[in-house]
Amino acid sequence: MYPENFRYTKEHEWVLVEGDTGTIGITNHAQEELGDIVYVDLPKMGARLEPGKSLGSVESVKAVSDVYSPVAGEVTAVNDLLADAPEKLNEDPHGAAWLVKVKLAAPGEVQSLMTAAEYQTYVGAEK
Amino acid sequence: MVDFGGWDMPVQYSGIIDEHNAVRARVGLFDVSHMGEIEIRGPQAAQLADFVTTNHVGKLQVGQAHYSGLLYEHGGFVDDILVHKVAADRFFLCVNASNQDKDFEHIRAHNRFDAEVENAGARYAQLAIQGPKALATLQKLTATDLPAIKYYWFQDGEVSGTPARIAHTGYTGEDGYEIYVPPAEAPRIWNQVMQAGAEFGIQPAGLGARNTLRLEAKMALYGHEIDASISPLEAGLGWIVKFDKGEFVGREALLKQKQAGVRRKLAGFEMRGRGIGRDGYEVLLDGSPAGWVTSGSPSPTLNKNIGLCYLPAAQAVPGKAIQIMIRNQPVDAVTVETPFYKRAK
Repeated sequence: MYPENFRYTKEHEWVLVEGDTGTIGITNHAQEELGDIVYVDLPKMGARLEPGKSLGSVESVKAVSDVYSPVAGEVTAVNDLLADAPEKLNEDPHGAAWLVKVKLAAPGEVQSLMTAAEYQTYVGAEK
Repeated sequence: MVDFGGWDMPVQYSGIIDEHNAVRARVGLFDVSHMGEIEIRGPQAAQLADFVTTNHVGKLQVGQAHYSGLLYEHGGFVDDILVHKVAADRFFLCVNASNQDKDFEHIRAHNRFDAEVENAGARYAQLAIQGPKALATLQKLTATDLPAIKYYWFQDGEVSGTPARIAHTGYTGEDGYEIYVPPAEAPRIWNQVMQAGAEFGIQPAGLGARNTLRLEAKMALYGHEIDASISPLEAGLGWIVKFDKGEFVGREALLKQKQAGVRRKLAGFEMRGRGIGRDGYEVLLDGSPAGWVTSGSPSPTLNKNIGLCYLPAAQAVPGKAIQIMIRNQPVDAVTVETPFYKRAK
């Protein structure tokens, strides 16, 4: 369910590190809790993200939720797919519906985040 | 599951939109056992019920129910409720879960009649079967002739062999039934209803869909459209206030408000810009703060973003351009006719 090569936050974001690029998304657990997603608000190219700070929001029929950046970095790509097809976030949260890519300020900082196994235990306990 | 006034409540099963559409097109089953029940009994039960509620209990016939308000002296809502006349000396009130204890104390405090008041929530579980196929579904489980129960009437009978109060009421804007059953039997009856409705495509539906359905039908939700600071006249619920019936708690305040004219009124809106005006968001008229949103959501039936808001009474009419502050940005919206959705009869 949760890819082994991602790292995870307690706020249900994931980050995939490849070199100095980080790809950020929300987890399957997050999309399940939110339900039908209708809007995704993302930062602009070049925006500077700070760990634990809001990078944007995801809005479902039920509620609006902030998305918090797992890492520090500068936004180098924004997933345009989600502007027209926010429901993709319900369908493929770990794949096609990534949110942003960033140039990581400190690629090593993800070591402090949860592994897939740890996150699986975490959401298991939360339920 | 979310904690809802101490109850573990399902917000959604298959998804709010899916469940919502199932209720509009077919049939949905809701577990609304959190709803409270209060019974008023005794020779002067009707007098007490009429004194603490706004609608005219004296006009109800045995087997009939109506929507009503429990008000404070100042005219604000203690709660909005359904009053069922079970017998000449017996009334059954369905009240909001989180207000049950407050309602009970309120009614008891005004009981200067020969009547007793019972907080009966623990004796009842409630299931709501709602949608065009609700009748066909429920009829399979009961000998009670459902088509003989008119809208907002009820009968005591059996569902799946268990004593049940079967009311032709609902909170979805769709045809349907609300049944009150002994809590110990509720899980079994839930399963029976799901089986009976399988051929019609029944789906379990949660609090999320209940909210979008009632919003489209412009049915008030306590804590949103109505609360202690809001009167029925402001909330567009003047039709449940029967001034002619005589004295009742809140009558003087409402009369004054009626004579002076209400300052604010509830209005429906549709978003024009991108976004959803949600509960508590500020509403602007000509760039100035003028009111607040009480409920807002995507409407699965209309495929628009809709909501309800309070506005100065003169402005609370369809066709007014307004703006709603969504995360510090004004977004265009327009007031519209309500209800947003009305089922074809």
